[in-house]
Amino acid sequence: MNTEAPQVELGRRYRFAASHRLHSPHLSEEENYRVFGKCNNPYGHGHNYVLEVSFSGKIDPATGMIANVADLDAFVERHVLEEFDHRSLNEDVAVFREKVPTTENLCIEIFHRLRHFPHAKLERVRIQETANNSFEFAGNREENHS
Amino acid sequence: MGLPMVLLTRKIEFSASHFYHNPNLSAEENSLIFGKCNNPHGHGHNYTLEVTVAGEPDPVTGMVLDLKELKEILEREVMKRMDHRHLNYEVPELAGQIPTCENIARVIWQLLEPRITKGKLHRIRLYESPDLFADCYRNGANAAGMN
Repeated sequence: MNTEAPQVELGRRYRFAASHRLHSPHLSEEENYRVFGKCNNPYGHGHNYVLEVSFSGKIDPATGMIANVADLDAFVERHVLEEFDHRSLNEDVAVFREKVPTTENLCIEIFHRLRHFPHAKLERVRIQETANNSFEFAGNREENHS
Repeated sequence: MGLPMVLLTRKIEFSASHFYHNPNLSAEENSLIFGKCNNPHGHGHNYTLEVTVAGEPDPVTGMVLDLKELKEILEREVMKRMDHRHLNYEVPELAGQIPTCENIARVIWQLLEPRITKGKLHRIRLYESPDLFADCYRNGANAAGMN
């Protein structure tokens, strides 16, 4: 096996259930309804979100691991799932008091929380909102070079 | 401008057993780091492997490479070596390494890469379970680009 070693990433999926309502305070009632449709219904609705995260790093020869999955699980639990699972994103997650909790914005928020994982480099966050919709965020260019 | 680059993916499944143990660490350290994956008699998984090849479709056949040919390569390099085997004891390429998803994926990449001569191996993804997987890319490329 003299072929060049590939870049390896560790991927993990997590699930959380949460409610949201798409509504912008910068738009009128009519405009909100026109833009967001049924996602603007006043009492919100929910999804079973699937969060997929990918981390790169060197494989530690002592453990065979890029990062210990138990450490990653604990980090994601503490920094994302505890606050998001079985919650209202609009009411229970501070950043979404200001921003519309679309899954695009959810990807960006979760990326910023998980990029501080100390044992490997976060490459990308992908969120499946339903079986038919998914969104990905891999950081801004300047973040990737920091 | 050349022909358009296309990615094709084939999926296979294999079942194998393994456990995690580093003989240079104490029993306590092994248990602390690897948890139940350290149980000495091992355990098993149904692995799913997705192999993605990038290339330009041949103008005559319309194929990047013949899927039959890819299937045979996967049969020979992966299935024969790993399916219904104990990864710690029966796969020489993994000898001396902890058979984590990362290491198995890396070994599979290194087995397949020289065998794919029509198109280029672009990515492999190995699932140990639906929620845990490892991806390999050509060094210097990643999901965002095909360079």
